[in-house]
Amino acid sequence: MRNILAISGNKKHPSGSLARNRKQEVLIGVLFASPAILGFFIFIFIPMIASLIISFTDYALVNKMQFIGLDNYAGLFNGSDPFFYKSLGVTTYYVLLSTPLCLLFAFSMAVLLNNDSIRGKAVFRTIFYLPTLIPVVASSMIWLWLFNPDMGLINTILRALHLPTGMWIYDENTVIPSIVIMSLWTTGGTMIIFLAGLQGIPRQLYESVELDGGNAAHKMFYVTIPLMTPTIFFNLVMGLIYGFQVFAQAYIMTEGGPNNASLFYVFYLYRTAFKFSKMAKASALGWILFIVIALLTLVVFKTSKDWVHTEGGK
Amino acid sequence: MNGNRRSLRNLILYLFLAAISIFCLLPFYWLLRSSLMDLVQIFEMPPIWFPKPVKLSNYTEALTILPFGRYFLNTVFIVVLTITGTVLSSSISAYSFARLKWPYRNLVFGILLSSMMLPYAVTLIPTYLGWSFLGAIDTYYPLIVPAWFGGGAFNVFLLRQFYMTIPGELDEAALIDGAGYFTIYSKIIMPLTRPALIVVGLFTFLNSWNDFLGPLVYLNSEIKYTLAIGLESFKGLYNAQWHLLMAASTVVILPAVIIFFTGQKYFIEGIAMTGLKG
Repeated sequence: MRNILAISGNKKHPSGSLARNRKQEVLIGVLFASPAILGFFIFIFIPMIASLIISFTDYALVNKMQFIGLDNYAGLFNGSDPFFYKSLGVTTYYVLLSTPLCLLFAFSMAVLLNNDSIRGKAVFRTIFYLPTLIPVVASSMIWLWLFNPDMGLINTILRALHLPTGMWIYDENTVIPSIVIMSLWTTGGTMIIFLAGLQGIPRQLYESVELDGGNAAHKMFYVTIPLMTPTIFFNLVMGLIYGFQVFAQAYIMTEGGPNNASLFYVFYLYRTAFKFSKMAKASALGWILFIVIALLTLVVFKTSKDWVHTEGGK
Repeated sequence: MNGNRRSLRNLILYLFLAAISIFCLLPFYWLLRSSLMDLVQIFEMPPIWFPKPVKLSNYTEALTILPFGRYFLNTVFIVVLTITGTVLSSSISAYSFARLKWPYRNLVFGILLSSMMLPYAVTLIPTYLGWSFLGAIDTYYPLIVPAWFGGGAFNVFLLRQFYMTIPGELDEAALIDGAGYFTIYSKIIMPLTRPALIVVGLFTFLNSWNDFLGPLVYLNSEIKYTLAIGLESFKGLYNAQWHLLMAASTVVILPAVIIFFTGQKYFIEGIAMTGLKG
C-alpha cells in the first residue's frame, strides 16, 4: 500500500516522496500526541519532581524556603509526629479489610449474574451498579445518616430484629469496618469488570468438566477462578491503589475521628497542607505514599507469576 | 427430581440477588423517605418507614437556603468545558498513538500509561503551588485546563484501543485521495468511533460532576462553589436538619442518575473494556 501511495503521488521520485511522507507522519504524529505528552509533563512529571524537591525544604507558605535535607522524613519516621504512624496504620487496616472483601463481594455478584437461568439480568446489573454513580459527597451524607445510632436505618433494622445495635462510625473500634461496609456498597464497577471477564470464558471448558462428571465446585475451581486470575489481578491492583487514597469519607463523615481512629492518610496529608500550611511536610507525606503504593504494586506484580494464569497455560 | 433440584437452586439464586438488591437500594429509599419528612417525623422513635404527610417543600426550602441554582450552573460550566477538552485532546492524542508511526511512540505511551497508577496526593501540592503562583486560586482554571491536555492517560488508553480496531486501509485510501492526517482524524476516525467518544464523555462527566477534592482545594468564594462542596457546606451550616440535607443530597445525585440511564449501554461497555484490556 505504501508503495502504491508513493508511486501514485509522484511517479518520478517514488523513494523521495516516501521519505517526505514518513517525515511528515513523524512530525504530525508528535504534534497530535503533544496534548497528552505536554499534559504528562505539566501535571505529572514536573509536579512530582517539584514535590520531591519541596519535601527536602521547610516550606510552609509564609516562610522563605530553606533546604533541610531529610528532616521532614526523619521527623515523620522517628515518631515525633504521632499522627504519621497512626494514619499509616489506619489506612493499611482499611485497605487490608476492604480490598479482599470488595473483590470477594464483586466477584460473587458477577458469578451470580453470569448464570444462564437468571431472568432480568440487566435489571439486577443496573441495581448493583447504581450506588457507584453517587457523588462521594452525597454517598457520605447518606451513610452518615444510615449510621446514625438513634435514627439511622441500620440500627432501626437491628432493633426491629432484636439484635444488638452499634455506634458505627462514632466508635473507635467500628469506624473502619463501617467505612468498609460503605465501600462494599460501591463495588458495582468492579462487578461489571468481573462480569465481562466471566463472559469471555469459553463455554466448551465448562462442557468438558461436565463430561468428566465434574460438579459446580469443579467448574468454579478448575475453570472459572484460574481463567479469571488476570481480571482478579487487575482489580486487586486498582483496589490497593484507590484504597490508600480514601479522602472524602474521612473529611465529611468522621473528620478523622473518633480519637483519630479514621485518620486516613490522604486526609492527614490534606490537613497538613491546607489547614496547617506545612507544604514541605505534606510533600514528604505524598512521596512516602507514592513509594508505599509502588512497593505494594511491585510485590503484587512479582507474586502474580505464581497465581495469575496467562494465555497458553504454564 | 432433577427439575426440583434446579428450581430449588434457582430459588436460592434469586434470594441472593434479592438480598444484594436490597442492600444496594435501601439506602436510596432511606434517603428519599427522609427527604420527604418534617423534622418531627425524622426524630420519631422508633423511626417510621413512610413519610406522612409527604413534605415536598423540603426541596424548595433546601434549594433556597443556599444558592444551589448557582452551584448547579457553576458545576455545569466546569463539566461542559472539561468534557469538551477531554474528548478533543484525548482523541487526537489517541489517534496519533494508535495510527501514526513516530520514533519511541510505544515507549512514550507506556510512560503515559504508568501515570495512571500515580496517587494524586504526590502531585497535589506542587500543582496547587503552581496555580497559586499563576494567581489562579479561586478560579475554574485548575479544574478545567488539565482536561485540555490529554484528559488523563485512561481516556487516551481507552480510545487508542478502539482506534486500533479500525482497518488501516481506510487511512491509506484517504491519503491517496489527498486527505491530510487531520482530515482522516476528523472525517474518518472520529465518526467511526462515536460510541467510544461517548464512553469517554460519560466517564468524564461522572468524574467531573463527582469531584470533591479539586473544588475543595481550589475554590474559596461561596459564589463559585460546585454542587459537591455546596452540599458539604450545607452540612456544616444545617447539621441536624437531616430532612433538608437529604433533600439537597437527592438533588445533587439526580443528574448523575439521569445521565446514567440515558447512556447506560455505553457505561457498561466502557467499564467492561477497562478490565479486559488492562
